[in-house]
Amino acid sequence: MFRSRTSALAPALALALAALSVQGQDTKKEIEKYQKMIADSSPVELYELQGEALWKKKQGPKGASLEACDLGRGPGVVKGAYARLPRYFPDTDRVMDLEARLLHCMTSLQGRTREEATKRVFGDDDNPSEMEYLSAYVAGESRGVAVSPGTRHPKEKASYELGRTLFFYRAGAWDFSCASCHGEEGKRIRMQELPVLSTPAGARAVVATWPAYRVSNSQFKTMQWRINDCYRQMRMPEPNFVSDATIAVNMFLVATGKGEPYRGPGTKR
Amino acid sequence: MADPMKVRATLKGDIADIRVLMNHPMETGQRKDGGGKIVPMHFIQNLEVKVNGKAVVEGQISQAVSRNPVFSFRVKGVKAGDKVEVSWLDNKGDTNKTETALA
Repeated sequence: MFRSRTSALAPALALALAALSVQGQDTKKEIEKYQKMIADSSPVELYELQGEALWKKKQGPKGASLEACDLGRGPGVVKGAYARLPRYFPDTDRVMDLEARLLHCMTSLQGRTREEATKRVFGDDDNPSEMEYLSAYVAGESRGVAVSPGTRHPKEKASYELGRTLFFYRAGAWDFSCASCHGEEGKRIRMQELPVLSTPAGARAVVATWPAYRVSNSQFKTMQWRINDCYRQMRMPEPNFVSDATIAVNMFLVATGKGEPYRGPGTKR
Repeated sequence: MADPMKVRATLKGDIADIRVLMNHPMETGQRKDGGGKIVPMHFIQNLEVKVNGKAVVEGQISQAVSRNPVFSFRVKGVKAGDKVEVSWLDNKGDTNKTETALA
């Protein structure tokens, strides 16, 4: 009696489970379809064009453009430069990501003050920031180039270690770490998956597509903004722009996802 | 109007696939800014696509279209080297124009 009841129940349960997993797959497929649609003819190209114009525009007390800026591949070389960041720069004796380097060029080449150049690093939908335009242009020039940050110099290694520590470091009012959201497979918030960023599989897709354009608010977002906003979401104090800590988190992420051909700037929901 | 506009035209046989990406705020006139004041309407009203100077698409669009819109058209009976010109006019009288050759 007992036996026949369980055997009758088992197929029903198996069916229910199968239906659940099919539904899960469908949702994922639909989300992927949606992501493909928004990536098609994304306004990213417009940001790249404006970033290029800004790169060549003479500005600051020295009336210079950024065209002589050394992004790690020599002065003025933009092609493939973004895919090799963050890395150690001997002239400043520190590990720098794209925005840190851009800021360095603005202050050194153009003679601008740090205060003036960082007054508005994150723009809004009506007025994108200089950093956002420039990031779009420089990153776009690395399409197809494999992501390979600096990993040999002792300071690069230290930056990676610091980034990994910060990734798992729980703090703040909610006792959150990056890993609280990005530490478990198969999680998402609404339409956005939460990749496990401490694994190559999770990090690869992210480092290959940031910086990115956000369709939901018509804004171009940089990596420094992404990290800054994650800290806001974790209810932590706002990190300083291009601080060693935010560069380290970026370094940890990029080094974890290295090898992936860059295909950004991406388009996000 | 220094804002860029991007046209991508691909030719397949005698049919061209034209894709236009334009920079425009496309304000509906319904949105309020941070201070609670209404942001005035600002949107593209007319859109025109010409092939070798001959109008092939004349469109009237409105606030319903998103910021930085993308349009895609198919034009028949064209060949490589044909000039495609895309222009728009917005409700403030601003215009923008770009030209590309089919390849």
